[in-house]
Amino acid sequence: MQRSDYLIRKIIFALATLAAVVVFNFFLFRILPGDPVKLIIHSPRMTAEAQERIKSNFGLDKPVWFNQEGFQEEGISGAFDTQFTAYLRELTKGDLGVSFSTRKDVSELIKERIWRTVVLVVVGELLAIFIGVILGMVAAWRRGTSLDTSILLYGLFTWAMPTFFFGIILLIISGGRFPIGGMVTPGLKPDDGLVYWQDVGRHLILPTLTLTILYLSEYMLIMRSSVVEVLSEDYILTAKAKGLNAFQTFRDHALKNAMLPMVTIIALTLGYTVGGAIQVETVFSWPGIGRLMFDAVQKRDYPVLQGTFLILAVSVIIANLIADLLYAALDPRVKPD
Amino acid sequence: MNTLEVHDLSINYLTNEGIALNAVDGLTFSLEQGRSLGLVGESGCGKTTVMLSLMRLLPEAGRIVDGQILFNGRDLLQISERDMQSVRWKDISMVFQGAMNALNPVRTVESQIVEVLQLHNIIDSTRDARKRAGELLELVGIPAKRGSQYPHQFSGGMKQRAMIAMALACNPQVLIADEPTTALDVMIQAQIIELLEKMQRLLGLSLVLVTHDLGVVAEMCDDVLVMYGGTVAEYASSDVIFNNPQHPYTQRLLKAFPDIAEPGSDLASIPGNPPRLDNLPPGCRFEPRCHVGKGEPICLKQLPPLVEIEPGHHVACHLVKGV
Amino acid sequence: METQNRIWTTFRKKPMALIGMSMLAVTLIMAFFAPLLAPYDPNERVDVTPSDILAPPDARHILGRDDAGKDVLSSLIYGARVSLIVGFVSSFFSMFIGTSVGLAAGYFGGRVSNVLMRFTDFLMVIPDLPLMLVIISVWGRGLWKIILVISVLYWTYTARLVRSQVLSIKERQFILRAHALGASDFRIIIRHILPQVMPLIIAQAVLDISSSVIAESTLSFLGLGDPTLVSWGMMLNFAFERAISRKAWWFLLPPGIAIVWVSLAIILIGNALEEVVNPRLKTHHLFNPRNMVSLAIGKPPLVEPESTSEVIP
Repeated sequence: MQRSDYLIRKIIFALATLAAVVVFNFFLFRILPGDPVKLIIHSPRMTAEAQERIKSNFGLDKPVWFNQEGFQEEGISGAFDTQFTAYLRELTKGDLGVSFSTRKDVSELIKERIWRTVVLVVVGELLAIFIGVILGMVAAWRRGTSLDTSILLYGLFTWAMPTFFFGIILLIISGGRFPIGGMVTPGLKPDDGLVYWQDVGRHLILPTLTLTILYLSEYMLIMRSSVVEVLSEDYILTAKAKGLNAFQTFRDHALKNAMLPMVTIIALTLGYTVGGAIQVETVFSWPGIGRLMFDAVQKRDYPVLQGTFLILAVSVIIANLIADLLYAALDPRVKPD
Repeated sequence: MNTLEVHDLSINYLTNEGIALNAVDGLTFSLEQGRSLGLVGESGCGKTTVMLSLMRLLPEAGRIVDGQILFNGRDLLQISERDMQSVRWKDISMVFQGAMNALNPVRTVESQIVEVLQLHNIIDSTRDARKRAGELLELVGIPAKRGSQYPHQFSGGMKQRAMIAMALACNPQVLIADEPTTALDVMIQAQIIELLEKMQRLLGLSLVLVTHDLGVVAEMCDDVLVMYGGTVAEYASSDVIFNNPQHPYTQRLLKAFPDIAEPGSDLASIPGNPPRLDNLPPGCRFEPRCHVGKGEPICLKQLPPLVEIEPGHHVACHLVKGV
Repeated sequence: METQNRIWTTFRKKPMALIGMSMLAVTLIMAFFAPLLAPYDPNERVDVTPSDILAPPDARHILGRDDAGKDVLSSLIYGARVSLIVGFVSSFFSMFIGTSVGLAAGYFGGRVSNVLMRFTDFLMVIPDLPLMLVIISVWGRGLWKIILVISVLYWTYTARLVRSQVLSIKERQFILRAHALGASDFRIIIRHILPQVMPLIIAQAVLDISSSVIAESTLSFLGLGDPTLVSWGMMLNFAFERAISRKAWWFLLPPGIAIVWVSLAIILIGNALEEVVNPRLKTHHLFNPRNMVSLAIGKPPLVEPESTSEVIP
């Protein structure tokens, strides 16, 4: 049982999941009743050019996933002349189709907006992790006191609060002191330099705060129970017996052990965070991928839906893989289970 | 002056509701330099509590309510926690039972030994400390280069030996070993015992061996303290305990251990159960199971005091001659 | 049976449980007796004048009126039904699926476990909300569709929980005995293993209810709720679009508060239950040792038995 086996297992799993997501993404939009693609293609809002593009992208003149005729005529290569392979082909070229509503390339739309979501999520998460870990340690240290109880109540409360509603509450509370929507005050451009970025920063405050305040509670609670559990292990008693004081014991023996579950939890909650980003971007009109997805839902813009889902799922899968690798790097005991 | 002298040590545990349960009462013994004491008794008799209290490492609910623990004449119960931290490991160290999890799993074995060397200012430079750690490991029969491995890569016996190496790193005067051979197979047990004896000889170490295994005690210990229900039943040299036990409990205990020299004799277990801490009798705690004193009025009413019936032989029993 | 009694009595005494249950009771009453409690019927057509749109609270409409001129309070009361139905039914389905998967994976191990667990991991990795959005967008809106989608995504935690429990129970004496006596696998699972795992499953299922309630409200807020039903999420959807600019707090806040109320109630119950079923550690090694030596070291012992404690003996 080698550590390398563990890593290989995880990578293979990630790849398999990616493959499954790609396949799922394709079939979801074709198999369900009222094939939306076929319906939309006849929409008068489509230019002839876009229609042709969609036809070829989706290979709508071909069978969905297995080409009987093609197989009979040309053997194996013919069998794969299908919508599915067309989809895969386009995918490898980075072509995610064309938006029904805006007629722009889906990949263009995503490229434009993805960094905005990344900024939001990364800043929000980092703050949540940082504050959550510290509060968790404090709560474990002072377990049983009123501080600990208030921290627990805070955790319970945030668990019951839907992200979008908390955003709305912050919106109302802040009463105009912070920008309540959009990414930037109209009129400012990136060329304006620092002023622009400061403005973006101010627009980022409320949405980020929403994510951070809600999500830090999970990290806090996990850290707390992790610390308590670690501190009751035998090797902590050994550390005490060695003559280490409380601070030294915690720093040199407890901390690293307590942080390990955090890595797993961060990975586990990434999917949840992405969901939160969608809600926050909706409430605050933050023009990222989440908002893009929301708009696509409203307008039934299936290519955009398909594309954003794929990107989001892929990001989460990759992030999870990184977390798994990170965990393996930190914990010397790791081996495949 | 004895290295370690304990007088009338009493320890309580507080329940969740704040009620104090008496776990150890009136414990007294002394340990000279270079000698070893076996602390014997059933599970739950309080020997682990005593052992932890010697280093002031009781769990949160523990309270030392009476007594003195004199280390080279200095009462450890009168010093601050800070001062106690300097005593720990440097003067008195400990090897825990079943070292399964007593070593930090995410640090190398070597680094954990280096830690104590630097903490107690034995060696300052990390390089030299690592070297010394390697030497200590070799001393207990572990190749020095394995020090850079993690505990999970060691076998159970190796972990125990590594713990011993670590416990000896600062050259303490007293080593307390809690069930050092339980949960290890017989071959390893023998190795550990041999190791401890060797260390004792080499380093002039005083040893407190906490165990329920009389065989180990017979082999290793100069003196024996038999505990029952938190009190001392009998305290004497090993010879006397094994050849002339006076306390009824000691007598039964010895009978419960198989003797190779008498393969035909019966193994006698002691009927009944040890007393519950929340239901301790006012008199002798062994009375309910005692083949001599059960039902005796004095045994029912009074806790027997620890009396020296002959030089070096202490017994706590109303019904023993000479009392 | 005995364990169940013990669990119930301990649970009953916890303040968290009592608060949660009362909160839930309020919501249940609201849902059951909606037709009696609600002053108006939300489905009834109302003739409204422009001044009725987003009208502030008054004597006849305690929570004012919404963007269509309808009574907010009535919608609020009826909205309880959707949340509770989705919450309970989804959680029940999830519990069923998760338990089956967990039992099978844990008990049979090997190939079966591998396949099941990989599938579970797969579902866990995929982000929940985007997946739900996509499925409902394509499949269509509707109460049962929402229930199914939520059920199908939320069973994974239960499955993992059950599997790890089964793994630890599997090797215990009474199971081995049952095997030796020739009991069939099915019988062993249902009669011997399941009862042991049940308390944990229930505790998790309760927590799942609150997740389902929040999921439904989120989907509805994002525009994918059942259009034929009143739900709090949908109220928020309308309110967000129309009430914010008009500062109509009476329409914007109550549905959200209601969602938090129900979720919190259930979380309190679930948490209390979990504490009983899965007690967490109360103490560890790094406590303040100042009380350990209670004889006088220049200060009076801090925990001297007073009237509150007795020394025995």
